[in-house]
Amino acid sequence: MTELSFDIAHLLAGGLVLVSFLLLYQDRIYALLNVYAAHAAVLAASVAWQAYVQDAPHLFITAAIALVFKAIVVPTALHRIVARLGIHRQIETVGGVGPTMLAGMALVALSLVVMLKVTGDADPLAREDLAFALSVVLLGLLMMVTRRNAVGQVVGFMSMENGLVLAATGAKGMPLVVEISVAFSILIAFIVIGIFLFRIRERFDTVDVAALDRFRGERQ
Amino acid sequence: MTGFTPEIAILVIPLVAAAVLAVIPGYRAGALLNVLACAATLLTAVSLFFIERSPPGTYFLVDDLNVVFIVLTTFVAFTTSIFSASYIGHELETGRLTPAYLRFYHAMYQLLMFGMNLSLTANNIGLMWVAIELATLTTVLMVGIYRTHEALEAAWKYFILGSVGIALALFGTILVYMAALPVIGEGIDAMVWTTLISRAAGFEPALLELAFVFLLLGYGTKAGLVPLHAWLPDAHAEGPTPISAVLSGLLLNVALYAVLRFKLLLAANPGTFAAGPLMAVLGLASLSFASFMLYRRRDIKRMFAYSSIEHMGIITFAFGMGGPLANFAGLLHMVMHSLTKSGIFFAVGHIAQAKGTQKIADIRGLTESHPLLGWGLVLGVVAIAGLPPLGIFMSEFLVVSSTFARQPLLAIPLVAGLLIGFGALVLRLQGLAFGAPSGASAPVKASYVPMFIHFALVLVAGLFLPRPLVEWFEHIARLLG
Repeated sequence: MTELSFDIAHLLAGGLVLVSFLLLYQDRIYALLNVYAAHAAVLAASVAWQAYVQDAPHLFITAAIALVFKAIVVPTALHRIVARLGIHRQIETVGGVGPTMLAGMALVALSLVVMLKVTGDADPLAREDLAFALSVVLLGLLMMVTRRNAVGQVVGFMSMENGLVLAATGAKGMPLVVEISVAFSILIAFIVIGIFLFRIRERFDTVDVAALDRFRGERQ
Repeated sequence: MTGFTPEIAILVIPLVAAAVLAVIPGYRAGALLNVLACAATLLTAVSLFFIERSPPGTYFLVDDLNVVFIVLTTFVAFTTSIFSASYIGHELETGRLTPAYLRFYHAMYQLLMFGMNLSLTANNIGLMWVAIELATLTTVLMVGIYRTHEALEAAWKYFILGSVGIALALFGTILVYMAALPVIGEGIDAMVWTTLISRAAGFEPALLELAFVFLLLGYGTKAGLVPLHAWLPDAHAEGPTPISAVLSGLLLNVALYAVLRFKLLLAANPGTFAAGPLMAVLGLASLSFASFMLYRRRDIKRMFAYSSIEHMGIITFAFGMGGPLANFAGLLHMVMHSLTKSGIFFAVGHIAQAKGTQKIADIRGLTESHPLLGWGLVLGVVAIAGLPPLGIFMSEFLVVSSTFARQPLLAIPLVAGLLIGFGALVLRLQGLAFGAPSGASAPVKASYVPMFIHFALVLVAGLFLPRPLVEWFEHIARLLG
């Protein structure tokens, strides 16, 4: 592997972590969806670069799925759903932006420390990819925890899933990557259809998950 | 692949049945076909005991460990399909489900069987992950099938938490592959479980440990272990009762089976920490938490869902303790819990239909108003609470005594958790089963056969375990280390 191709892979994976941070503090739904589209686009570029570097043409399929499905179809669909449900107001987050960002930085530091330590003799590119991927996964989890809004949680989940695809493509020659990315796309499609079909907005008058708790069988 | 082997058949039958059930109209035909497909799968699964097994392939594996799980799964699936046939007839009459939904329900039921059988027979950790995801998705759809506020909320919560769980499990799977990469090389071989376990000694220990933590948390979510258990009570309470029975009796086991496979992988590498203590702690936490939560339940299905968390805690704890005796107890407890809990849900399903409510406060004096159902429930609760002479008493006794012998300090929270859970169940049982009947009371066309088959098996197991079965379990317990 040449110096340059390594640097480009590094740049793209690092870019994904950066966009994850951008996702963390978006407080408007449309902006959140746009940043998510950017997240998926960076992922697509990163996967395509891995496909080129590893000489693994099947990964181009994964990249294409990321670009077409995650960066274009899903954000567009969510835009329309949000518009139809009329919830394009601010998203409430639990805790402020500051503490969330600090927690995010701590998580990235944690994943770098853990991953770089345990993968001592792995291929350097795979090491760094895994470290970045774990950061993206943890940031996605953090986002799901701090958002109380169903759309926000879904975007958090999807960004987490992007981290997983990054990890899977970084692991050299991993079989079933394409299948797994297809399986995840189906999962995401289910979620998006779920928001729409279950009409969380109409049935609960809000997509605020805290309000859904009211309907639990046990509260009276 | 030589010819048509049983392990392929137990996958093909549910898949074909799902496709057929999706198109045939009429719920009677659908229910009948559902039962027949489950019976065929069960018979094929039982044949795995007798015929010579094909050697492990790249994708499929049948060994002594998973045969037990497969037979248990297909058996409970079969009895549940009989219960389901009488249950959904009533749901159709009351209009809670429409014929179109029922067609969907039956197709999903078989697809769930396919997902569970696939994850049990998979020899490939990637395939196993995909299968568990499939099983999760089908149950999500079935939990939300009533389309009420509560059902949708339960499905949503299950979906989100389940997705987080499988995402963590996938990361763990990728890490296992990374650990195997330097030793086995690129390609599909580095995801084949039998290859992994034979070469595991050469893996990087730290990477394998990290992978196991992710896998335990991820699949542990699906097994309903604290702290990621929140989906379980909602999903059990709001979905159709046959699905509660399958969730509690089977899907939780499948997730636990995945954890066990990876625990074996970890044990095969001398450099790693022991996976046992981690599992024991999670199990004990689940047990203690769930036994306290049992007290303030107002919904009968929700109460038994917490009881499932409690028992999954006990099983995980037993496997975490390890050693031949504790593993034996864990296996036995798993089988007993599956049979008892699904039997209880069969009773609860009919009770909720007869009473028109799931609220514990509105269900009184069942032994008078519905003697068979009432006494069935009493028998089930006595069994699940761990009273002799039923099977769960024996397995719990084994867990406790093996813990006393090796880690007396851990036995204290274990016994405390068991007693607290016992108290809660007995307390609730008195109100439910005895006293003057109250509230609405409709006659119910119940099929008592599946329920009493389950309880009879649990009773027989408590009194007398056949020698071959004991030897079989002892053999597996030794395999589990």
